Amino acid sequence: MNEKNQSFEASLSRLEQIVRALEHGDIALEESLNLFQEGTQLVRSCQKLLDDAELQVKKVHAGVDGNPVEGEFTDDTE
Amino acid sequence: MEKQVLSVGQISEYIKSKLDTDPRLSNIAVRGEISNYKVYPSGHHYFTLKDETGAMRCVMFKSNAYRLRFRPENGMKVIAMGSVTVYVRDGAYQLYCTAMAMDGIGDLYAAFEQLKSKLAAQGLFNPEHKKPLPRYPGTIGIITSEAGAAVHDMLRILRKRYPLTQVRLLPVRVQGTEAPGEIASAIAYANHFQLADLLIVGRGGGSIEDLWAFNDEQVARAIFASKIPVISAVGHEPDVTISDFVADLRAATPSNAAELAVPDQDALRQQLDSLEQAMTLAMKRKLNRAEERLAHLANRPVLQSPFESFEQRRKALKLLETRLIGAQNQTVSKYRQRFVAQTAKLDAMSPLKVLTRGYAVASTQSGAIIRSAAEVNPGEQITVRVSDGSIRANVIEGKMDHE
Repeated sequence: MNEKNQSFEASLSRLEQIVRALEHGDIALEESLNLFQEGTQLVRSCQKLLDDAELQVKKVHAGVDGNPVEGEFTDDTE
Repeated sequence: MEKQVLSVGQISEYIKSKLDTDPRLSNIAVRGEISNYKVYPSGHHYFTLKDETGAMRCVMFKSNAYRLRFRPENGMKVIAMGSVTVYVRDGAYQLYCTAMAMDGIGDLYAAFEQLKSKLAAQGLFNPEHKKPLPRYPGTIGIITSEAGAAVHDMLRILRKRYPLTQVRLLPVRVQGTEAPGEIASAIAYANHFQLADLLIVGRGGGSIEDLWAFNDEQVARAIFASKIPVISAVGHEPDVTISDFVADLRAATPSNAAELAVPDQDALRQQLDSLEQAMTLAMKRKLNRAEERLAHLANRPVLQSPFESFEQRRKALKLLETRLIGAQNQTVSKYRQRFVAQTAKLDAMSPLKVLTRGYAVASTQSGAIIRSAAEVNPGEQITVRVSDGSIRANVIEGKMDHE
């Protein structure tokens, strides 16, 4: 599982939800401000995930028991 | 009796018209071996087609030669398509060749068409079987040769566009007799162990024989059976294989497959920026609306007495505003500045500004704006609002202009 990718996807969809709620929702001011703060943090964390991301490349082959074994792949375009 | 004397040109023209009107000589396919192949500076190609029994001059004009998918050479066995006609100046007939294929490849095309119609009839290409691709694939399985340029092209683009994804490379041979079996097994293997959210199956460009593994039924069936969505990425733009038809998405090239597989981080960053702007704007609007409402309520005389609770709410609002400012970063404060500037502009246009120019607004005790002299009675108390305050006054008389 690629946790960082999952976290990015989830954050982005939560962020879209927050913006919709702030734009159209009839929510109390206090709650709005909480959402706003949450949204600002989500923007930062999404940007950081992209900034820090480094493509991981693994080569997969079947081991002696048939289960997949991951190995390094040298990628000369790096 | 004297014979009619004809010119050479007349004979040639006559023979030409004979040949041109013979349907058996137009749009034909001729099998033969190439000799004397020459490309002239004009860009036209001239050659001779021969077999054990004969030879024929051929010409292929630049506009057609441009579309050749291989480089014709002397000794090569080919099938040339075109029409036979006479070149009047030389009095020689020639095949005007419009297209040419290597001999033997005709069999491959036949096999291709045969398999294509068979699989189409079985519904393998039907749109209802196309699976949607994940928008943000966490792991991409690449099934291709680890030696070719294709894998590096794909990795370069994935790294640039969306480095949050991970790649699992399942190396296979992509040409030769072993290739179809290896490709099909790798697709099944990736599915069995759920190695990826998305598969890219393909290879870089090559001759039609080089790409043939992707016209194999075994490969087509493995792609069809895949629970993981598959992008096929075979050869260059004009190359179309059976894999392309059965895959969930066809990419023109391996690089194009990488582009289709993931979102572009530049676009994502822009999206984040605009979401943040939208959020800030919505928040400012909410805050302003609340401030206006509060000011309005607090100013109403009937509510002047329970002032305490208003003061509390005003403080709470100030607190919220402080928190908002705390939550703001550079972007936010930039937008705030712009907002303030906009508000100042609006303020300059406000009707209240008119009062500073000496105008006044009169209202009754109930607060209603007085628009007509008929609305007041002598002795009634009214309020006259000027730019810096208000004047309480008694009405002496309400006098209409035209009475």
